Amino acid sequence: MRTFRIVLWTLVVVAAIGATVLFFTRPQVVNGPGGGQFALVDQRGNPADNSVFLGKPSLLFFGYTHCPDVCPTTMGEMQGWFAALGDEAKTLQGVFVTVDPARDTPEILGDYVSFVSDRIVGLTGSEAEIDKVVRDWGALAEKVPQDDGGYLMNHTASVFLVNSKGEFAGTIAYGENTSTALDKIRRLVANS
Amino acid sequence: MNRILTGALALLLLASPLAAPAQDNPAPAAATITLGDIEISGAFTRATLPNAPVGAGYLTITNKGTADDRLMSANSPVAGMTQIHEMKMEGDVMKMTELPDGLAIPAGGTVSLAPGGLHIMFMKLNQAFAEGTTIPVTLTFEKAGSVDIDLAVGPINADEPSHDMAGH
Ligand SMILES: [Cu+2]
Repeated sequence: MRTFRIVLWTLVVVAAIGATVLFFTRPQVVNGPGGGQFALVDQRGNPADNSVFLGKPSLLFFGYTHCPDVCPTTMGEMQGWFAALGDEAKTLQGVFVTVDPARDTPEILGDYVSFVSDRIVGLTGSEAEIDKVVRDWGALAEKVPQDDGGYLMNHTASVFLVNSKGEFAGTIAYGENTSTALDKIRRLVANS
Repeated sequence: MNRILTGALALLLLASPLAAPAQDNPAPAAATITLGDIEISGAFTRATLPNAPVGAGYLTITNKGTADDRLMSANSPVAGMTQIHEMKMEGDVMKMTELPDGLAIPAGGTVSLAPGGLHIMFMKLNQAFAEGTTIPVTLTFEKAGSVDIDLAVGPINADEPSHDMAGH
């Protein structure tokens, strides 16, 4: 009986050490803005975490499909950037994280982003995970209730440049001049 | 004359891709409409993306009279709710608010509703806005009264009405 207890405790200690080692050596793909891990769902309903950034320089944008101005504008610009860069930026992708997960299901988001480009990944998820990603990237999203019970969202309008290691590499401001934006993206791709 | 000049300028900008600014996505041109002292021009909107139940209308209003007027409301059969909105950048966050008292059009003044700023906000859309079509809107002014106009639907990120009346 005593031997059995010792064996059991040894196992517990080994498991604890193992868990600790795993915890501290797990892949840390990001630091700075974007320094957290996320667990979201892509437009096909597949789980998506930080590894979505790995190997692909990304244009990360926080928006929502009920967005009247900033999001369509930015989606149009992104479409233009992809077209202008062509083969120069084959691995470049857009990552559209909704700030309105209650209304933006994977299907709704999927129709929306794929209309713009097949190179944009749409990500949604639980309110808690979305809040976390928004916070981790130093972005902002707040609900603005409307008279009829509906709501709009105020949200960060910048596009975040993310390198192929998933690290923050700058921003493109809302309405930034096309040639400046393209230069920034070229630099991102070159350094990725 | 002005239009030809702007057209020539637009062509020049298009000819040098590096110099092309963000403002290079025109919607089809719309006619100028006169309602008493009020002149409305450059009315356009943008094609909506799939599942986007909202859209924004843009136009320029000039008050040629000697009395102030006010755009009180906008209505459209395509939207369950239409409001006059203002947008402002605060830091890098775009904030949008309704102007419940409408929009003052001062005597002799011109007010532009343009992307990133003032706009007519269409909510609860019952149809998508398709590029190349038009969206009917009724504008009601305090003094000048009401007028029906058509917003030309441009690309998803149209930022100005087309300068080119021939539309080629
Ligand atoms: Cu609005």
